[in-house]
Amino acid sequence: MEPEFVLSQSDGRPMYLQIIDQIRLRITVGDWQPGFKLPSIRELAVSTRVSVITVKRAYQELENEGVIVTQQGKGSFVAQIDDLGLRLREDELEQFLSQAIDIARSLGLGSEELKTRLDELLRKENSK
Amino acid sequence: MTTTSAIRLSGVNKHYTHFQLNDVDLRLEKGHIMGFIGPNGAGKSTTMRIIMGLIGADSGHVEVLGHRVPDEQVAAKWNIGFASEDMRLYKAATVGWHMNFMKSIYPSWDDDYALALLSRFDIPADLRVKGLSHGQRVKAGLLLALARRPQILLLDEPTTGLDPVARTEVLNELIDVVADEDRAVLFSSHNTRDVEQISDQITFLDRGRIIDSRDKETFLDSWRRIRFEAPANFDMPELANVTSSQLNGRLATVTTGSFGPEITETLTNHGAVIQSVDNMTLEEIFVSEVMSSRDGGAA
Repeated sequence: MEPEFVLSQSDGRPMYLQIIDQIRLRITVGDWQPGFKLPSIRELAVSTRVSVITVKRAYQELENEGVIVTQQGKGSFVAQIDDLGLRLREDELEQFLSQAIDIARSLGLGSEELKTRLDELLRKENSK
Repeated sequence: MTTTSAIRLSGVNKHYTHFQLNDVDLRLEKGHIMGFIGPNGAGKSTTMRIIMGLIGADSGHVEVLGHRVPDEQVAAKWNIGFASEDMRLYKAATVGWHMNFMKSIYPSWDDDYALALLSRFDIPADLRVKGLSHGQRVKAGLLLALARRPQILLLDEPTTGLDPVARTEVLNELIDVVADEDRAVLFSSHNTRDVEQISDQITFLDRGRIIDSRDKETFLDSWRRIRFEAPANFDMPELANVTSSQLNGRLATVTTGSFGPEITETLTNHGAVIQSVDNMTLEEIFVSEVMSSRDGGAA
C-alpha cells in the first residue's frame, strides 16, 4: 500500500496533529470533497505507518471540530458543509492572528498598537 | 466468549539471585501493538520468556488468548510467534531449510509471504546460517516468526543491530500485522523512536518493575516541559507530578507528567511569564520517568 500521508519525526508537533493537518489540506485543496469517505482508522494507520491509536485521536479531534462525521458501522465522511475548504483556510488565518495577539500581549502591546503594526505591514506589502 | 485479551499478566513475580521481577501487571488487547521499553537488565526479556512459558513465574497469573501459561502453554504456543536476538538457528543449515522445517510444523505457514519477506529483508535463502551477518540472522529469526502468521507476535528487540533500511522494513511488517484486528504485537526495544511511531500501548520497565503502562496518546499528552521567566524572589509553587524543576537566573524549566491548563495558570498567578510549553519525545519522557522513579523509589 502506498503511504497516504507522509509524517515527519523531526517535526516537533505530535503525530496526530500532523495527520489532522494533512487531512485538512486534502479538504482545503478539494481532493476530498464534502461526503468523501475517509479511509478506515486501521487502513490509514497501516498505510501511514503510525499506530492505530494516533489515527483514532486525529479522527476524534476532527469530529469534534465538525470537519468529519462518523456513522456507526459505515465509516467517517468529510462533513457536508458548503465551502468547507474555504472555512478551513479562514480557521487557519484566525489561528495565526490569535497567536499574533498572544505574542503582542506578552510584549506588553495594547490592541491599538497591534492594529497600527498590522496597518504598517499591510502598507508595506501593498507598496511592493 | 466475550473479548479475551491477547496477553494478560497479573501479579507476576520471579526471583533470581541478582534480579527480581516485581508484581508485574500487563494487559495487551487484540488489534494493538505494545512497545516495551526499559534499560538493559530491566526485565523485558524475562517477562517475555514468562509469557512464552520458557520460564516459570514464582507467583502470579499469566494468560495468552485465554489460555493459562504454563498449564495450557501448548494451546497458547500455536498462536504465538516468538523471536529474540539469541534465538538459536542451526548453524550448518540454510535459511531455506529452516523455512521448510517451520512449514512442516505449522499449518498456518504462508509460503508466499515467506518468499516476499525473504526478498524484502534481503536474506539469501541458500546460505548456511553460520555465513550470515548479525543483521541477517536477526531478520531470518523474524521471518520465521512472521511467516507463520501467528495471532500474537512476541518480539524481543526485533530492531536492535539492524541498519535503518532493515529497521523500517521490520516496523512496516509489524504495522501490517495489526491491519487484522484479531492480532497483536508485543515488542521490546530500547529504541524509543521505533516504539513511539508504531505502538498503541507503551509500557516502561525499570529494575524489574513496571513504572508506567498506558496508551501512547495519553502518555505523550500528559507530559510537557514548561519554560518561563520567573519574577525576582520567585517561590516555586507546588505543582502536580513534577519530575524536575530548575531555576537558572530568571529562567526556569519545569517538567511535569500531569500537564493541564491549571499548571500554567498557577505559574502565571505566581508572577511567571510563560515562554513556551513544549511536547516531549518518548525518549525524554522515559528518561524523566526512570530518573524520578529511581529517586522516589515508589513505583
